[in-house]
Amino acid sequence: MSPASVFVCLSLTLLSDYPVIRVKPDHSGVVTDGVKHSMNPFCEIAVEEAVKLKEKKFIKEVVAVSCGPTQVTETIRTALAMGCDRGIHVEVSGKDYEAMGPLQIAKIFAALAKKEEASLVILGKQAIDDDCNQTGQMTAALLDWPQGTFASEVTIDGEKVKVVREIDGGLETIKISMPAVLTADLRLNTPRYATLPNIMKAKKKKIANMKPADLGVDMVSRVEVLRVDEPPTRLAGVKVETVDDLVAKLKANGTI
Amino acid sequence: MCSSLTHTQHKLLLTQKCSTRKLAENVSSKPKTASGSEITADHLLYTPEHFALKESLKKIIDQDINPYVDQWEAEGIFPAHKVFKLLGNAGFLGVNKPVEYGGLGLDFSYSIAVSEELGNIRCGGIPMAIGVQTDMATPALARFGSTELKKEFLLPSIMGDKVACLGVSEVGAGSDVATIKTNAVREGDEYVVNGGKMWTTNGTQADWMCLLANTSDSPSHKNKSLICLPMNSPGVHIARKIDNMGMRSSDTAEVFFDDVRMPCKNLIGQEGMGFTYQMLQFQEERLWACSNILTMMDNIIQETIQYTRQRKIFKMPVLYHQSVHFRLAELETEIELLRSLLHRSTALYIKCNDVTKLASMAKLKAGRLSREVGDSCLQYWGGMGFTSNVLVSRFYRDARLLSIGGGADEVMLSIICKYMDTLPKK
Repeated sequence: MSPASVFVCLSLTLLSDYPVIRVKPDHSGVVTDGVKHSMNPFCEIAVEEAVKLKEKKFIKEVVAVSCGPTQVTETIRTALAMGCDRGIHVEVSGKDYEAMGPLQIAKIFAALAKKEEASLVILGKQAIDDDCNQTGQMTAALLDWPQGTFASEVTIDGEKVKVVREIDGGLETIKISMPAVLTADLRLNTPRYATLPNIMKAKKKKIANMKPADLGVDMVSRVEVLRVDEPPTRLAGVKVETVDDLVAKLKANGTI
Repeated sequence: MCSSLTHTQHKLLLTQKCSTRKLAENVSSKPKTASGSEITADHLLYTPEHFALKESLKKIIDQDINPYVDQWEAEGIFPAHKVFKLLGNAGFLGVNKPVEYGGLGLDFSYSIAVSEELGNIRCGGIPMAIGVQTDMATPALARFGSTELKKEFLLPSIMGDKVACLGVSEVGAGSDVATIKTNAVREGDEYVVNGGKMWTTNGTQADWMCLLANTSDSPSHKNKSLICLPMNSPGVHIARKIDNMGMRSSDTAEVFFDDVRMPCKNLIGQEGMGFTYQMLQFQEERLWACSNILTMMDNIIQETIQYTRQRKIFKMPVLYHQSVHFRLAELETEIELLRSLLHRSTALYIKCNDVTKLASMAKLKAGRLSREVGDSCLQYWGGMGFTSNVLVSRFYRDARLLSIGGGADEVMLSIICKYMDTLPKK
């Protein structure tokens, strides 16, 4: 029996190649106004994998989900243009959005996955703006589903999923039962471009709207950001001619 | 209904797809924060689809084109077949072309969106080459060509399988198109072409040429025809690849025709209508050129700000000197004004209005403003601006063509004067 629907959960992040990300004067966070936002690159890889699985006929439907303000619908549209069938936009804005962290998002995704009876939930391994690397794992824990994180290869085998994971020691292959949660790593695939015909077709695909309250999720954060600072400016280095010089300098520095 | 046009233009414009745009489309998504330098909410012309299109095209440019631009500029040519196939696959070469031939059948505002985004390519040569493919060599074919002709030349050009070029200008005839000498004489069911073409963008790589030639002895505006000429036909000689001061990644050819034979069915539309057909697409060509250079100018200003912010002179950033930031503000103001003219003209055009006067003004201003922007910004880059490996010096060289090609400034001025009724009477 092929799995019915796959949920791809997307994150909207600050574009990493924007010239300068600045810390707000009150050190409460970074300036996001006027900074270009885009789909998180790992989420793009997740969308690509889901669409590929559908093209190989392993799954019937791909649903793109994202939480955030109105702007997030553009991200969902991009996912639709890449081949997802429909979207769900969970509206979170203002103070709730600023305080929203992986736990709140995971609660939303878990509630949705249960409600819509998803067989697979695929996410990017981490968002490139906060680098938390928690949402996927928390979602799996809340659902009590197996998880295949840092996936660099995904194969569906009947009721199970074979996942090759990139870990510090090399590659680990595991087999987990569905329903399951997967998180995409860099080498899983190369995301396709949303072609113009598909962008126009995506216009007709549906994006459902809902609020966290509709899913019974409380958005209260248990984490308080105390302060955000820029990393210390990198100091100039010193070039030395020989290894002896290097050792001498390191000793003088107090490093060794 | 389209009024205030000459009878011929009116009849011909009706064959163009006119799409009415619903205001509701514009208000569908209002982002709270402005993404990047473009205001996406309440846009006069663009819908979320236009922005989605731009984002997708930007990815292709960033990943598959820009990393190789320096190399292609140095080599003096870019791989047209490879790049066009890439764009064709993503659907960007037939935006306003008929769906039956692989196009998307969208209105011209989408073509303008594509053109604007192509301005993010880090040279002028490649966008120009793409523009020839999409909006100079193919519009007449799409509108007036026979089904057979469209299948043979239009479809593969939209797919990116065939590279097109436009053969209009000659060694002895540029702005005065009416005086071209290349002729196509009918012999049975063939045309025999003799003559030559100059300044042919894509000329050394093209599979076919949209050729403007004299086909009869009638008065000069009524004796020309557009013909699809396969470039591998015997008798077609690519004499040389011209060495230009700018647009160096674009190959420009001088081509000769020595008794080249072509079936008469390669004629686009009616004999004698070539000049009129070519005139019709000028509005689109000019708006396209303007939109392309606007993005490039934006990028040059931004790079100049970044450079002058970190470069110090007399103990403070170059940017902090009032003459510098004030001048940049002047230039930015003019860029926005030109952008407004462009969007206004495009909005009118897609509703079937004749925007010849506005399009000519946009092209005129685009050519002149880009020279000012290039010149002023290069000055602020100082010695670095004079080197070959900064974008501003490439822009300075590339943009200079805009006041010359695609309708010289002087021609634009004549057209505007015609509409102002200030030309000397005969």
